[in-house]
Amino acid sequence: MRVGVFICHCGNNIAGTVEVAKVAEAARMMPGVAFATTYMYTCSEPGQEEIKEAIKREKLDRVVVAACSPRMHEVTFRRTVEKTGLNRYFFEMANIREHCSWIGEDKELNTNKAIEAIKLAVEKAKQNKPLFPAKFKINKRVLVIGGGVAGMQAALDCADGGLDVVLVEKSPSVGGMMARLDKTFPTVDCSICILGPKMVDVSQHEKINLYAYSEIEEIKGYVGNYQIKIRKKATYVDWSKCTGCGACIEKCPSRNAFDYFNFGVAPARAINIPFPQAIPKKAKIDAQFCRQFIKGKCGVCAKFCPVGAINYEMKDEIVTEDVGAIIVASGYGLIDLDKLPEYGGGRYPDVISGIQYERILNASGPTSGHIERPSDHAEPKTIVFVSCAGSRDKSIGIPYCSNFCCMYIAKQAILTKDHIPDSRSYVFYMDIRSPGKGYDEFTRRAQEEYGVQYIRGRVSRIYPKGKKMIVKGADTLLGTQVEIEADLVVLATAVTATTDARTLAEKLHISYDPHGFYVESHPKLRPVETNTSGVFLAGACQGPKDIPASVGQGSAAAAKVLSIFSKDTLESDPQIARVNTNICVGCRKCIGTCPFGAIEEQQLRDGRIIANVIETVCAGCGICNSTCPCGAIQLQHFTDNQLLAEVNALCLT
Amino acid sequence: MSEKEYIYFPGCSLEASAIEYDMSVRKVLAALGVKLIEPDDWSCCGSTPAHSVDHVFAAAVAARNLAIVEKMGASTVITACPACLSAFKKAHLRMKKEEGFKKEVNAILDEPYNCGVTAKSVLQILVEDIGPKPVAEKVTLDFPDLKVAPYYGCIINRPPEIMEFDDPENPMAMDNLMTSVGVKVCDFAFKVECCGAAFGVAKRKMVNELSSKVLSMALDAGANCLVVTCQLCHQNLDLRQGQINNTMGSSFNIPVLFFTQVMGLTYGYSPQELGIDKHNIQAEGLLKTRRPVEERIKEEQEKAKAKKPKAKKAEEEES
Repeated sequence: MRVGVFICHCGNNIAGTVEVAKVAEAARMMPGVAFATTYMYTCSEPGQEEIKEAIKREKLDRVVVAACSPRMHEVTFRRTVEKTGLNRYFFEMANIREHCSWIGEDKELNTNKAIEAIKLAVEKAKQNKPLFPAKFKINKRVLVIGGGVAGMQAALDCADGGLDVVLVEKSPSVGGMMARLDKTFPTVDCSICILGPKMVDVSQHEKINLYAYSEIEEIKGYVGNYQIKIRKKATYVDWSKCTGCGACIEKCPSRNAFDYFNFGVAPARAINIPFPQAIPKKAKIDAQFCRQFIKGKCGVCAKFCPVGAINYEMKDEIVTEDVGAIIVASGYGLIDLDKLPEYGGGRYPDVISGIQYERILNASGPTSGHIERPSDHAEPKTIVFVSCAGSRDKSIGIPYCSNFCCMYIAKQAILTKDHIPDSRSYVFYMDIRSPGKGYDEFTRRAQEEYGVQYIRGRVSRIYPKGKKMIVKGADTLLGTQVEIEADLVVLATAVTATTDARTLAEKLHISYDPHGFYVESHPKLRPVETNTSGVFLAGACQGPKDIPASVGQGSAAAAKVLSIFSKDTLESDPQIARVNTNICVGCRKCIGTCPFGAIEEQQLRDGRIIANVIETVCAGCGICNSTCPCGAIQLQHFTDNQLLAEVNALCLT
Repeated sequence: MSEKEYIYFPGCSLEASAIEYDMSVRKVLAALGVKLIEPDDWSCCGSTPAHSVDHVFAAAVAARNLAIVEKMGASTVITACPACLSAFKKAHLRMKKEEGFKKEVNAILDEPYNCGVTAKSVLQILVEDIGPKPVAEKVTLDFPDLKVAPYYGCIINRPPEIMEFDDPENPMAMDNLMTSVGVKVCDFAFKVECCGAAFGVAKRKMVNELSSKVLSMALDAGANCLVVTCQLCHQNLDLRQGQINNTMGSSFNIPVLFFTQVMGLTYGYSPQELGIDKHNIQAEGLLKTRRPVEERIKEEQEKAKAKKPKAKKAEEEES
């Protein structure tokens, strides 16, 4: 066996703290190593050429590159090796950058560690077996989770590209948060007027199958072949009959239901349609508020429905859809007001959240666009906006910026002045963050043209005094304390992950950060991919994001899906578990531990029951490998013998 | 009733300027079957002067007392004074967390403190260990006209990571306790506002201003009495009330009682037994309205009777 070792300087990234020449010298002495050299940038084109030439010249049959993390360039070098006719799994990588040169300052210790890392890789390479990927057909349908602006954009782009789209929306209508906004910054155009056409397109596109008021129950499978179970929640209204006429809503005697769409600004009826432009425009019953469900008698809506659509016996329904890729656009949540007690959040009715104020400003909102405060419906003359209400506050576990509050506060202050010309608005801010196109001009306009008082400092306390809310805070530019007698206080509440973000991530096998936002595959270079192939991200489920960024990501995710679907088959990764049928005793322990359900029972011709790995489902995690009591099930490319060879190299020599 | 026992640390002010707080704590806890044991040879907790000079010294002064409690074989010490409580908790937590700090402190002490004592306030054990039901059962007298503004002050529940009790912004422990003994509580926005604390000497005017805001907010909220947990708050609000009136041109005359005094009053103790006569602002007018609790219960029953037919009617209309 002839192993070639290529040690990368990575400029000064490695050579700065590792003596690469000494490492090469040591590598030459390792058993089986026929050739060892160093190169400035092994990943560069000439660097790769050198590997190819050396393989031919030195008749190498195994290659080790000692450089950065395999996450960066393993794929590159495997391809290089393959071009010379070697199997790509005859390549091994030793990470002497992230694991060595970057983290240690002692050159001698680093050099020794690099030598040891290469020793392991050489021994592993010698044990490597050729592996070959299998090909499988893909199902060119895509599931989009979430019907907000990001999800709708992704769905429309996929559908226009010829794909069948399954769009699942949790609430009764598509539109998401954007449908609730009055105007959008910095153009101040009507939010629903620009979103409405997209919503209509979604409902009318023949390639899009919309499941509204539905949730993801279960996801099975892998890229190319997913089986999705969708729970269609009971609406107690037969949507195939409902015309959205609204007769039931008018007559409903339960007038104190919580209005989810309006964030509880005003009560709703127990049977409702969230907003006039809702798609689908169908009614649903909130059973927890409905008298028919609470008291067992009422039936008013059933009596008045002209088409007999009401069905109190309706049950949740599970439907199954097969798709090949998934776009997650499940959106964001907002921190509850009562998590902000220093501002009197949840304690005083005239302290409201930004999204509630948005609904009050909105012409189709509960006040028909007339600004009035919740306590006594009076028109407020002095309005205080508090930015970073919860955001950038480590003490409540939200250290991050919520991204768009600075901008929507400026917008709301401008709109307030438009609605009530003799009003005064104050904004307490930490920093004004307005880096988008036309954004800074917009916040300046709020200050200069609309006379919004910007006070740099934080609010310490908000409390009622008579009919006023007293806002106490600091003006850190003047170095004084300020007290403002306000009629209404609007808190720019922090953006959070949705409450069920973590559960959904676990169903999708994708990772999330400590705050519940989904983690992209690479923060800069793979922003819409996840580490689970076939699952893509769009919109604020990945982190707080404004409309243009969400739309951009929606299109990007759609492009990614169209790109993988441009082929008819995909190659499966051969680094999966395989059962040695001669050794397996059929104890079934592996079946119980496999988190992916990738192992099944198989009966051999002689009647013996053994384990069988379903190639396309196995994710190559190796749990079965360590569970198997007789070593019959082995994770390819990471077999017991291969790993033991590494351990021996490190501990026995 | 099962007898409970606590090591009780009075602290300096509860032996002197706030002796009535001590009197009322002992009376109320005795009524609830709680036995208090005062540690021998307790000393200053360190208070504000110690920690404004040196943290090791401050912790040592506090830990000396905790070591005595530890030696008595107890794992809890209770105190009514929020400043003592804060000193004990700060010393305990830092010594527990930082081995080096613990060594430094113990080097000063004759007997080392091994971090085995949790300090709690009297309020905390009333809420957590005794509970609202036994507290309510002892009530014999009712105050129909009394409406209190519960004022917690700054340190009994803050900073939350040290005091580990109740909500730091909108505490409810004393509100609930007062409700348990049948006293009306108003929704008070200034529960944890600053009274001016120990600046009464150095910056008297500022303290008067801050305290006057607390008093006027209590009146705005519809209260005719403040209840407090801290003797320094009490001093600023009660003893200095005349001073506040002089400085601010106001005419406050609002009694300020310790929460244990209000509890004691509902348990049937006389104002003298609870030391209420020692206060600057007298509460006589309010105290005169006390009546046996049975009268209230009777009244409520009558009210409920009168209400019932109405409620029925409304329901009929609805359906």
